[in-house]
Amino acid sequence: MGDKITVHDPRGYPPKVVGKRLANRLESLDGKVVYLIDCLFENSDNFMVQLKEWFAEHLPSVSTRIIKPRECWIDDPDMRATIAAQGNAAIIGVGL
Amino acid sequence: MGFALALERQGIPTVPVSTHVFARLAKATALAEGMPTARNVFVPQPVVGRSPAELRAYIDGVDPILKRPFMQGVIEGLTRPLGADDFKDASFERNIPRLLEPDTEDNLQQLFIRNSWTDFLPIILPTEERVDRMLKGTKHARDKIVGRLQPTAYRESWEFDVEKVAVNAVMAGARPEYLPVILAMAASGISARSSSTNSFATISLVNGPIRNEIGMNSGIGALGPYNHANATLGRAYGLFSQNLQGGSVPGDTYLGTFGNFLNYSACFPEAEERSPWAPFHVDEGFRANESTVSIFFGGWYTQSGYGPRATWKEKFIRCLTADHFSPPLIVMDPLVARGFAALGFTKRSLIEWCAENAQLSARDYWDDQWVSTLHRPLGVAGIEPFASRLKAAPDQWVNLFTPDDIKIVVTGGETQAAFKMFAGRLQKPSPGNFLGGTAINVIDEWR
Repeated sequence: MGDKITVHDPRGYPPKVVGKRLANRLESLDGKVVYLIDCLFENSDNFMVQLKEWFAEHLPSVSTRIIKPRECWIDDPDMRATIAAQGNAAIIGVGL
Repeated sequence: MGFALALERQGIPTVPVSTHVFARLAKATALAEGMPTARNVFVPQPVVGRSPAELRAYIDGVDPILKRPFMQGVIEGLTRPLGADDFKDASFERNIPRLLEPDTEDNLQQLFIRNSWTDFLPIILPTEERVDRMLKGTKHARDKIVGRLQPTAYRESWEFDVEKVAVNAVMAGARPEYLPVILAMAASGISARSSSTNSFATISLVNGPIRNEIGMNSGIGALGPYNHANATLGRAYGLFSQNLQGGSVPGDTYLGTFGNFLNYSACFPEAEERSPWAPFHVDEGFRANESTVSIFFGGWYTQSGYGPRATWKEKFIRCLTADHFSPPLIVMDPLVARGFAALGFTKRSLIEWCAENAQLSARDYWDDQWVSTLHRPLGVAGIEPFASRLKAAPDQWVNLFTPDDIKIVVTGGETQAAFKMFAGRLQKPSPGNFLGGTAINVIDEWR
C-alpha cells in the first residue's frame, strides 16, 4: 500500500437548489382548456395533432388548443402569458 | 422542460412529454429546478420520422418508463392532487469540498475514473503542490471567480474560480505558462462538453505572441498530437468543462449520440508569420500584439481538399453545401492561402465568394432536422435571413451562410497544399444562437 496523498476536488460550485411548488392540480379536465405546446422539435407538431385527436375522441368535454413558442429552446413569456390567461393546463412535447 | 416548470410556477399544471432516452435527463433537470416531482411522461424514441399513425400508437400505447398507459400518465399528471412527496427534499445544497480525503495514488486515480472526472486517459493527480505550482502561471488570486459553465442552455450553470481551473489544468498535464490561455477559455462561458444530441465539439484557435511564448506548433501536424501545448490546452478545455459545469456523463449530462473525437483535444495556433493575410484576431478587431483564444462551436463534420486547383470552385461548393446548419471554419495550409492570394483573393473576398456560392434549393435546405427545428421558427417570426429562405419557392436557390458566418484560418506545415472545412460557428449573439458565451477571449487579461 502506497503513501496517502491529498488532492483537490476538480468539480465546480453548484448553485443551491430552492424547492418550488408545483401548480395545484385540477379536480377534473371536464370543461377545461388544455394547451398542447408544440416545442418545435421535428414532428412534434404532428404529435400534438394526434394528441388533440385523442382528446376529441376520448374526452370531448376537454377543449384543446395547439400553441407554439416563438423559438425552440428559448423561453417565450408571451406564449406562457396566453396559456395562463386562457388555459387551465398544458402538455408540452415532444422534447427534453 | 424549462417551459413546463415555468408554467408550473405560473399556476398552470403541466405535463412534459419526452422520449424515453431522455428520462434521466428529465429527472435531473426537474431536481435541479427544485421541482423533483414534475409530472413527466414518456413515449418511445424516436418521434422524428414517425408517421401520424405511429405517433398515435405511441399515444394509445404504454409509457416505456412509467410502464402504464401513456394517456393515464398524462391525465393523472394534470389531476392527481399534490401530496407530501411533492414538497419533500425539493430544497438542498451540494457542498463540493476543496480537498478530497487523503488516499493512495492508485485509489485516487480509480476514484476520478469512477466519478467520471476524467476523459478516461491517464490524468495527473491535482495535489496541492502541483496546483500551487500551476497557479504561478497567473497573477490572479486563486479564489477569483472566473465564470460559469453549463452543459447546454436549459441546464443549471455551475460557478468556478481560478483554483478550480488550475486543478483541471494540472489533470490535463498542462504547464503553468499555459494557464492564462486555459483561464481565457474558461472565462468564455462556452463549454467544450456540450450535451447536445448533435455531438458537438469546440475547436480553439490561439493567436498572438503567446503562441510562440509557450511553444505552440503551427507547422507540421498542427492539428494533431505533436506538441505539448497544443495537446494539453485542448485537453484542459475538455476536462475543466466537464468538471466545472457539473458533469458530462452519458444519459445524464451528455446526450451526443456519437460523441466526437475532437472532444479529446482540439486546439491549435494560427501560422501568422506564414500567412499572406492578416491574422484571424486582427480581422476580428484585436491588436496584433494581443493574444487571444477563439472558440468555434461545431466540429461535427470535416471536409477536405487541395488547392486552389483548376476545379477549386466546384470542390469548394461541394464542401460548403455538405451541411445545412453549421458554417465552416476553413483551415488552410499556408500553401493554399498563398495560392488564393496569387489568384487575387483577399481573405474577405474569398469569404464573400464562399457565402455567395454556398447555395441549396430551398427544398433541400429545409429538409434537415436541425434547420427545421432551429431556423424555421425564426423564419416564421420574420427574422432574416431565415424569413427569406422560408419564403423561397422549393426550387429557388437560397444562400446557406452570410459572409460573417464563414471564417478562414491559416496553419500547417506546407507538406501539402491542403485545406479542411470543419463545422465551426464562432459563437456570437445572433438569432438562433441560444448558447451565449464569448467567442474571442483576450488571454493577456489572465496572465
